[in-house]
Amino acid sequence: MTDQELIKRKLDYSLHLADTTLILSQRNAEWCGHGPVLEQDIAITNISLDLVGQARNFYQYAAELINQSNDKPIHPATEDSLAYLRTEREFKNCLLVEQPNEDWAQTILRQFFFSNYQFLLYQELQKSNDRQLAAIAEKSLKEVTYHLRWSSEWVIRLGDGTAESHQRMLQAIDELWRYTGELLNAAEYEKEAGTDPSLFQPQWLSKVKEVFDEATLPVPEKTFMQSGGKTGTHTEHLGFILTELQYIQRAYPDSQW
Amino acid sequence: MVIANDTEIKKIWQLLETVTDPEIPVLTVTDLGIVRDVKINGDSVEIIITPTYTGCPAMDMISMNIRLVLAENNYKNIRVTSVLSPAWTTDWMKEEGKRKLKEYGIAPPNPKQQVCNDKLFAADEAVQCPHCSSHHTHRISEFGSTACKALYQCDDCKEPFDYFKCH
Ligand SMILES: [Zn+2]
Repeated sequence: MTDQELIKRKLDYSLHLADTTLILSQRNAEWCGHGPVLEQDIAITNISLDLVGQARNFYQYAAELINQSNDKPIHPATEDSLAYLRTEREFKNCLLVEQPNEDWAQTILRQFFFSNYQFLLYQELQKSNDRQLAAIAEKSLKEVTYHLRWSSEWVIRLGDGTAESHQRMLQAIDELWRYTGELLNAAEYEKEAGTDPSLFQPQWLSKVKEVFDEATLPVPEKTFMQSGGKTGTHTEHLGFILTELQYIQRAYPDSQW
Repeated sequence: MVIANDTEIKKIWQLLETVTDPEIPVLTVTDLGIVRDVKINGDSVEIIITPTYTGCPAMDMISMNIRLVLAENNYKNIRVTSVLSPAWTTDWMKEEGKRKLKEYGIAPPNPKQQVCNDKLFAADEAVQCPHCSSHHTHRISEFGSTACKALYQCDDCKEPFDYFKCH
């Protein structure tokens, strides 16, 4: 692989990490002011804030890569241009994070599946020979530890809670399980420029088993898994998210607070 | 030359001691331990800071305030750069800062975290109430009004309070 090809892979990988954290942050932020109780409203929006901070770091790095490359654009890329001015097919986030909030059970389960993955991912990524990606991972890992613990506890609370909360968790598992395969299945750019998540698939699954056991929830059998998000083929939900997220910059280009 | 540079750097550190955190105005950036280095090269000054939390919205404002204070003191070519590694930890907070936090009504971070791991339903850290100094307190929520705080309540004086959590 030439240097330019490697930079392209690294760019795709950074955008994938940025898009994934941005979209989950946006989803979680939809709860702001609507959480089931004040403390948990604050918790989910804090998690959203941590994720948008991570997204900014990844976008800033991606912008640097673009601006240093051979075919750099006339207007230099920025974290904002990458978040606000790319289209649905250019977004490389995992499908899981764009799924709707629905109820608290589905939001919690999505966060648990994701934080479990991200915790393992950042543990590997902080050893990367790309120093900036390693630094972002190292910096974010402490926050993600909190996210994982918080969401695990909620999965247990709801799964092993009332008949209704248990039922809602079963419904959420039914809805979201099909998107977990993609998290742990590497796209080309992950293998070539990042960390291959299939290497930590066993740890991911054993954490799910541990938490689900305690939550009296069943771990689904092997089944068909959806994929495509990492290479830009999304579910119908992403377009709606971007419409809302990008509206101001599209309608009033370069507007500032 | 070297001596002149050292005096100059000392002066800049003193100026930095006047820059406060917009969300916790009793703490300065040096109390927080987020200034990693000060460099002078000719007539340009570089201040290297590290964020507390990745999403902390105060960081942009802090870096603006640093530039402002230096500009007011006739420094030109000021750059504030941010480095992520090594990651900031509450262990870098000065004792002076911890004392000011407590006076302000926020419980300062305990030394070295026991809490930041993935063990579920772990026991709450023993956090001292900033109002009556009782250790008889409990956690209401791990997430508080800003990214760096958790919400606690005192079982003796019954007051709720913020805890600057270990990180
Ligand atoms: Zn008290």
